[in-house]
Amino acid sequence: MTDDLIRRGLSRRGLLQTTAGLIGGSMLPAMPAFAEDKPAIGSFPTGVSGSTAFIGISVPRTGTYAVQGEDELKGYQLAIEHINEGHELMKKISPKTSKGVLGKELKFGVADSAAKPNEAVQAQQRFISENKAIMITGGTSSAVAVALNKLAQREHVLFVCGISGSNDTTGKDCVRYGVRQNFFGQTAAAAIGPVMVREFGKGKKAAYLTPDYTYGHTVTKSMQDFLATAGWTTVTNQVAPLGAPDYSSYLLNVANSGADVLINVNWGHDAVLSTQQAKQFGVLDKMKLVVPYQVPFIARETGGLMQGVYAATDYWWTIEDKFPLAKMFNEAFEKKYGYKPEWGAENAYVSFAHWAHMCEQAGSFNPPDVIKAYEKGETIPSLVGDVHYRPEDHQCVRPVIIVKGKQQKDMKNKEDWYDVVEIVPGEGLMQKPDAFGCHLGDYT
Amino acid sequence: MISWPNLVSQLFNGLALGALLALISSGLTIIYGTLGVLNLAHGAMFMIGGYAGFVTYQYTESFILAVIAGSLFVMLLGVVMERVIIRHFYHRPHEDQLLVTFGLGICFVELVRLIFSSQSQLVPPPALFQGITNLGFMFYPTYRLAVVGIVAIALGALFIILYRTRLGMIVRAGIEDSVMVDSLGINVYRVFMIVFGIGAMAAGFAGIVNAPVVSLTPGIGDDILVQTFVVVVIGGVGSFPGAILGGLIAGEIISVTSMFNPGYAYVMLFAAMTLVLVVRPHGLLGVQGRE
Repeated sequence: MTDDLIRRGLSRRGLLQTTAGLIGGSMLPAMPAFAEDKPAIGSFPTGVSGSTAFIGISVPRTGTYAVQGEDELKGYQLAIEHINEGHELMKKISPKTSKGVLGKELKFGVADSAAKPNEAVQAQQRFISENKAIMITGGTSSAVAVALNKLAQREHVLFVCGISGSNDTTGKDCVRYGVRQNFFGQTAAAAIGPVMVREFGKGKKAAYLTPDYTYGHTVTKSMQDFLATAGWTTVTNQVAPLGAPDYSSYLLNVANSGADVLINVNWGHDAVLSTQQAKQFGVLDKMKLVVPYQVPFIARETGGLMQGVYAATDYWWTIEDKFPLAKMFNEAFEKKYGYKPEWGAENAYVSFAHWAHMCEQAGSFNPPDVIKAYEKGETIPSLVGDVHYRPEDHQCVRPVIIVKGKQQKDMKNKEDWYDVVEIVPGEGLMQKPDAFGCHLGDYT
Repeated sequence: MISWPNLVSQLFNGLALGALLALISSGLTIIYGTLGVLNLAHGAMFMIGGYAGFVTYQYTESFILAVIAGSLFVMLLGVVMERVIIRHFYHRPHEDQLLVTFGLGICFVELVRLIFSSQSQLVPPPALFQGITNLGFMFYPTYRLAVVGIVAIALGALFIILYRTRLGMIVRAGIEDSVMVDSLGINVYRVFMIVFGIGAMAAGFAGIVNAPVVSLTPGIGDDILVQTFVVVVIGGVGSFPGAILGGLIAGEIISVTSMFNPGYAYVMLFAAMTLVLVVRPHGLLGVQGRE
């Protein structure tokens, strides 16, 4: 600690005064102003005893979710940069942030999860044990998120969830040490379901393409449950493994199913490939396509196949007309990376900004204190308006944005892929916190 | 319940899938059969064929030129790889060969990712083969139909090279006994270089021909590599006809299983491989007794 203080440029006199103060402070029981007084838990206080705090980031940089993972990583990096420099946008979300979080400069390590839970857990375990990570993050696969939830609870290190659409993440697999900013499958279904019924009518036949893991199954189930209330039936549900190299067999089953609407639940490159091949097999000429949980970059990667297609998303950059913070974010992101941010970047940025806000509110990195700050349910800003975290399941209540793919002739620029159809407030969409059996664990 | 139109559709789709797997596997199996090298970079070469063709298409907008460039580029890559690296491993343990080719595959993938990023790239099918064809019992993408024909021609050409030319005779003799071929005064190592080039070209050709069917990503060869190995094991390592038979069997298993329960398609594929290994350890058409 002495070394760190000296590095920060304190004089010998200042050092003596500070040391005396600390000694005095340590003699006073339960003095909240000093985080070090809290009992050690997880990486606290070891990880924040110096002038920096370390964050472990795991995103997929290879595999079917690589493109989305890179976008997410850019969002994290921009957020850390903004936190460390006390950027104006960061202050709008976390007003007490000056430079760093609680005066600590943020450092981070990045690992490639390849969207595989075991790789993400191994990497984060290393970040926790070797770098004393005070917070871990990652996702883009719900299977990864669920695995990191368990790691976080076991290690008592806060997990600020990256992209994860499964109901399970803050549902049956929720943990005290995990929080999630983006909405989940059930919320997306509740938001886009009414639009589909309004657009296509009641009593329709739906075919599903579902990736075979927690995200896919819960989103499909949510859509089926919601659409059943409007008399929709499922004529086929084609479940494919993550990263399937070819969808032809599944699409033949869909083509022969007599469905009116194809609901493609796939994500990442899987969504791109399956949508392209659906076009090749004439499926998109026979039936309408809906993407209930929109994958970033799908419009540009499919070369226009999203025209006229409805999708639910966390974020689309054109909402900057309505939300000034979104405009600030888009400008900062585009200046740094040269393209409009997609929702992976938005989710990453806002998640970190909210974490910084909670640490500042708690006045400490002490995990139980930070968690309790989230659990106050305080209304805080985000890029899509004010939001809050539910104390019961640590799920952020936030709006869902419904977009519709633009025709090429209507695109104002090369990134103007979607019209924003509706911004649906989160409150009316959310299921009850215990709907999927969430039981948060202990603080200690 | 079985729907007959669906069953026929899936059987046909299995044929199309299998033809492509057969072509990729034939390259792998020729290299193994002749050189005794299990090339784990084969999937990456399939991927590079696609990207080399993609770049050519960007500049020329000619699909035929893309196919030619993709194939030749990977053949050249194969020859260079054999001359610079692989030939030093002929007399080293198999595990060394596996590690070096596996490492090369990773390097190729990361290099492509560095240049092209992970975002997928599109190569449209040639105008002649765009759209959908009504086969009477089903509608099927015209280009995929064309792929079956293109692959059949390519396999036919490979067959003629292997079974009707002097080079092919030497290659086949080399598979049986490379020491004897060498003692007859034939430069076996030059043949090896050509064989590696041809095997790589088969992967590169398949990569660009398959590009309009899928969207190109750097990791596209990873899954194919696993399937290709299954095909080679089923057909018999080192057997060219075995690669074709194995490819068709694998294609049908994936496709037909998908009709009943898509989740079990790969389970059934590996179950079939295990069954073949138990009943015929050298594969269905494998050469028995080869060391």
